[in-house]
Amino acid sequence: MAHAALPGICIAFLLYGQKSLLVFLIGAACSGYIATVCIQFIVKHTRIKEDAAIGIVLSVFFGLGIVLLTWINQHEGGNQSGINDFLFGKAASLTGSDVNVLTVTAITMIITILIFFKEFKIITFDRAFAQGIGVPVSLLNGVLMFLIVSVVVIGLQAVGVVLMSALFITPALAARYWTEKLEWMTLLAGVFGALSGVAGAYMSLIAYVPTGPLVIIFATMLFLFSFLFAPKRGLCNKMIRRHIERKKLRSKQLMYKRGEQL
Amino acid sequence: MSYTMWILLTAALVGINCGLIGTFLVLRKMSMLSDAISHSVLLGIVGAYMVSHQLQGVSMLIGALLVGLLTTFLVQLLHQKGVQSDAAIGVVFTCLFAIGVVLISLFADRVHLDVEHALMGEIAFVPWDVLEVGGKSIGPKAVWLLGFVLAINIFVIVFAYKELKISSFDSEMAVTLGIPVVFIHYVLMGMLSLTTVASFDSVGAILVVAMLIVPSATAYLWTDRLSVMLICSAMIGVLASMIGYMGATAFNVSISGAIAVATGVIFFVSLWIAPKHGLLRKWLKKSPA
Repeated sequence: MAHAALPGICIAFLLYGQKSLLVFLIGAACSGYIATVCIQFIVKHTRIKEDAAIGIVLSVFFGLGIVLLTWINQHEGGNQSGINDFLFGKAASLTGSDVNVLTVTAITMIITILIFFKEFKIITFDRAFAQGIGVPVSLLNGVLMFLIVSVVVIGLQAVGVVLMSALFITPALAARYWTEKLEWMTLLAGVFGALSGVAGAYMSLIAYVPTGPLVIIFATMLFLFSFLFAPKRGLCNKMIRRHIERKKLRSKQLMYKRGEQL
Repeated sequence: MSYTMWILLTAALVGINCGLIGTFLVLRKMSMLSDAISHSVLLGIVGAYMVSHQLQGVSMLIGALLVGLLTTFLVQLLHQKGVQSDAAIGVVFTCLFAIGVVLISLFADRVHLDVEHALMGEIAFVPWDVLEVGGKSIGPKAVWLLGFVLAINIFVIVFAYKELKISSFDSEMAVTLGIPVVFIHYVLMGMLSLTTVASFDSVGAILVVAMLIVPSATAYLWTDRLSVMLICSAMIGVLASMIGYMGATAFNVSISGAIAVATGVIFFVSLWIAPKHGLLRKWLKKSPA
């Protein structure tokens, strides 16, 4: 998704003529939507599998984005550094208004998720059931898609294209290890994301290293910690449990043997 | 040879290399791994630089090979322990990439390698970075590197053609036949890493992904035979790099981006007119008139 948004942002810039978050958002949403449609079309009508279809559409869209980016840089003068930042992100150079936009987005995100929580839950776990009881699945999918695209566009400025996907996946994956409940998982993923953001930003202040990658590294460390030490699903606990079970089994076997001998 | 010819040759070599490896990736449904490895290879390049203090040739290949195999290994490990495979890929490569970027920025004053360069590539500079033997220039370094990797790729594919074929199409049968499927998987990933790093410097990470997946998927529409598909996808790669280069010079835009777009155009055309699996043919069949 993050890759597919780039041409939309560039086209929006070409049409509108200056850097504006709202216009970028619309452009990104459009090209993201087109990309999704293309992927579904390819999977449905050819024998190409989904992973290859995603790869095709995303890399071609991103290539187009790069072409447009170089075009813009050459034809519109040198004040387009703002659009270049979309590629790699500069958390440190965010201005106050950017922070305001980010805050508003975060709040909107939380409210939307609170409102539609039950619906999202049903369509995530059992789409057919949701359709059966009359939940407007495609509409909600659209809402979800819109949320994703807005987060991508706004987050791009902070962390850049490449690391955007990491922030989507890693905290959620880490949260998955701690709980079986979607409520907690959503909350935890948010907390993990925030934690790694704060830690990464702080480290980057101390060590003079770009913020984006550090945030990702912290998120990954959180994931590794959860992967190893989470209660129930963590690797260590699984091994300990297995060890205990094995001991139990062995002592049982021993008792049976004794019983036979007697 | 002229400036243009060297660029075209480089792009064509990238096309052939990626086309060959990409075919197996598409058939094995592992396209996303190419995205992952193309990013994490950055860490290999940085690591190789920190050890050997140079950015060319063998040390870079070894570094990329190691990190590529590490990526494959970690993804497989997480997958075995119950993480979904696409999520596993996402976590591993973003983390390795992030480490790579951090290392670059820590040593940025000494390394001639910035992230922008790595992502977009600078094929336009290839002809000036020449290899000299006994004071005589014998062509750009990138061309020799790509040629070397191409030789390895062709050698492995010819040598292990049957094994690659069977394990790609029916891995269970391959296991029963006694073919070391896991080993083949790692060999393929090793080849992928080599190809990626050799293409990396001249064309950048995005184009590598486009060149790996799109021509092979296009070839997949044209043919049912693996041997034909390999040749087809290499040829489509070359064709796309020619068209892309011409387009890029005509409009004065990024060469690697234009080549990626060209692969997309070829794919789109093939989608309709491919003889067996094209859409036109399918629709004609459906409505006999």
